[in-house]
Amino acid sequence: MTPGTAVWFARHESRLAWRDWLSMITAGRRERLRRVVIAILVFAIFMHFVAYWMVGRYADAAIDKPMLVTITASILLSWLLMISQAMESMTRAFYARSDLDLILASPVAAQRLFAVRIATVGVSVAAMAIPLAAPFIDILIVRGGLRWMGAYGLIVAMGAAAAALAVGFTVALFRIIGPKRTRLVAQVVAAVIGAAFVIGLQVAAILSYGTISRASVLQSGAVLTHAPDLASIVWWPARAAMGDWLALIGVLAVSFASLVAAIALVSPRFGEYATAAAGAVASSVSLSRRQSAFKKTSPRRALRRKEWMLLRRDPWLVSQTFMQMLYLIPPAVLLWRSFDDGNGAFNLVVPVLVMAAGQFAGGLAWLAISGEDAPDLVATAPVPANFILRAKVEAVLGVIAVVFAPMVAVLAMLSPWHALVASAGIVIATTAATAIQLWFRSQAKRSQFRRRQVSSRVATFTEAFSSIGWAATAAVASVSLVLAIAPALIALLVVAGAWIMSPRQAAA
Amino acid sequence: MTVMKHVMPPTPLALEISGLVKRFDRPAVDGLDLTVRTGEFYALLGPNGAGKTTTLRMIAGLLRPDAGTISVAGIDALADPVAAKQIMAWISDEPMIYDKLTPREYLEFVAGLWGIAPALAEERARDLLAWLDLAPHAHERCEGFSKGMRQKVALAGALVHDPRVIILDEPLTGLDAGSARQVKSVLRERVNAGGTIIMTTHILEVAERMADRIGVIAHGKLIAEGTLDELRLQAGRTNGGASDGASLEDTFLALVAEQAQAA
Repeated sequence: MTPGTAVWFARHESRLAWRDWLSMITAGRRERLRRVVIAILVFAIFMHFVAYWMVGRYADAAIDKPMLVTITASILLSWLLMISQAMESMTRAFYARSDLDLILASPVAAQRLFAVRIATVGVSVAAMAIPLAAPFIDILIVRGGLRWMGAYGLIVAMGAAAAALAVGFTVALFRIIGPKRTRLVAQVVAAVIGAAFVIGLQVAAILSYGTISRASVLQSGAVLTHAPDLASIVWWPARAAMGDWLALIGVLAVSFASLVAAIALVSPRFGEYATAAAGAVASSVSLSRRQSAFKKTSPRRALRRKEWMLLRRDPWLVSQTFMQMLYLIPPAVLLWRSFDDGNGAFNLVVPVLVMAAGQFAGGLAWLAISGEDAPDLVATAPVPANFILRAKVEAVLGVIAVVFAPMVAVLAMLSPWHALVASAGIVIATTAATAIQLWFRSQAKRSQFRRRQVSSRVATFTEAFSSIGWAATAAVASVSLVLAIAPALIALLVVAGAWIMSPRQAAA
Repeated sequence: MTVMKHVMPPTPLALEISGLVKRFDRPAVDGLDLTVRTGEFYALLGPNGAGKTTTLRMIAGLLRPDAGTISVAGIDALADPVAAKQIMAWISDEPMIYDKLTPREYLEFVAGLWGIAPALAEERARDLLAWLDLAPHAHERCEGFSKGMRQKVALAGALVHDPRVIILDEPLTGLDAGSARQVKSVLRERVNAGGTIIMTTHILEVAERMADRIGVIAHGKLIAEGTLDELRLQAGRTNGGASDGASLEDTFLALVAEQAQAA
């Protein structure tokens, strides 16, 4: 293979991507690979059963408007998530230095590599989507025939189009707001895009129908009336998925043409953008307006203040941690709607609040406990280690209190009982998530926040299941305290399991 | 082990280590005995993997030894680590500061951790920032700082609580000539003011010019200790590898070679 060609670069990139992926799924331990593969297979089989239950009955569906609306909405939802993923990858391609200096300093035509990198984003986005969609598509193929194979082709097209859009958007941001702000804005937009569609539909459903279901909006008379005619180009992606080969060829052609155009336009100047991005990071000078005198403080207060200040000043971390708060918008709207008519929607609001608090606390606790950028400084301070941990836990609880207190206060005005249950649930879920992060703490940089789950999957899963468990407990407790004992016991078992499996306990 | 014997004046000891042991996969520190006098600049030298950093991290309270004792200015650092940490400062080769804080805020945070009165801390912070040429950047966040500036911020943080013992692990790595000279000058001033410095370095010229005494460590053991002249004498006597006027580099290599042969 001739060095410096696009194919040579593609081989180099795919080798790096494969090793990175392997490292991610095995958390850097190759001996785990066999277990991971078995777990993936078991999960895939399980998902096929789930898919059978969810979409099996639609396999023979005719191409009519309600079906096209539903499938188009699902495609749009998936595509938004793919765009979000593509934007994340594209931002990394511009800003991560890794081998860029080596490539830009070498005599090869770097634009070939950049062309490959842009295309790789499209491939990787599609490659990530296919395993998730495969169980559903497989079931539709088995029950409805080979026409559903078109769905796989559609995913490839969606990946290409997502990559084209992402690179176009990132470059546009570079030109409009400059490289310094592009990184943050692109990442925030990526995250918001990923969540916006679901949330938007839920809010619309609540406002229109008083429920939190997406389907109620999609199948409503208003939507079906205003939807375009069956022959409209809008339905091409849905038609492509349902086996209309002409539509599939059209969608593929448009997507690949967009990607090729994006590559042709951007790759020659990619090096220039990457250099500008590096310059923006190196030259960033942020002035602090705070010039007040040193305040009297205790070590504990100093630690708490430091945690809050670091969180407040890192817009990327704020966007990542607060992203989960976006999912609070639908219940908040539901709460606001219920203010007038008191329609008993509180039972729905309570578990959502508890779930969000648990997840939010988990992220914050990781930042405060594991994501310490100056561990040696803190460890050499003349304060006991448990004192430092306590201060950090307090910092987490403080943020949770500030975020959730207003919503609980509103709930208290409407239903004191539900507010009491929500408060108890928030405190317990927060405590449990923080405790799990404490038991599984490991030293890391705050910038590794997005990959925190890689270091301990047990912590990630137990944290999620604990939050779900406490949310379920709160939901049942809203109705009956006695019935809530069972889910509470399950949640306690999850937390106890985390404690038993934690590294320190295992070592003991 | 052949360690030069000194006729030491009965000065109080800033650091006294006895029988220190730390094992990872293999012994990193293997029964180390070491004493550093108050007001002394002590350089700890050794090849890569000799156990220098592990030793310093145990002194700073960042690692728990498997065996042995550590006494800092008469305080048992293993029995009462908080009291020992109160009078110590630790700086590593990789300055650990917070990108999102300004140097001034960083110093305020460190002063808070060490419980220094705000007025005193502010005065020291002002002096330190001026002394280290950081005053013009006092209100800039550290994220855009060069390695040298970051190391100077870390050094200011180590000095803001006025420690009696400063432990430095390769503090000059990656610094330009100007920054290195500034750091060396600050450390020398500190010793002149009665402070104690314990430092590892691979830059032998720094140890040669700055250290009052030098310890050479290999395979987790102290193989030689003394002034440069004493080390030359020892190296010349044992294998003829160094003689009067030999540089520290020659002396150090001769001592390490002798240890390797003995092993």
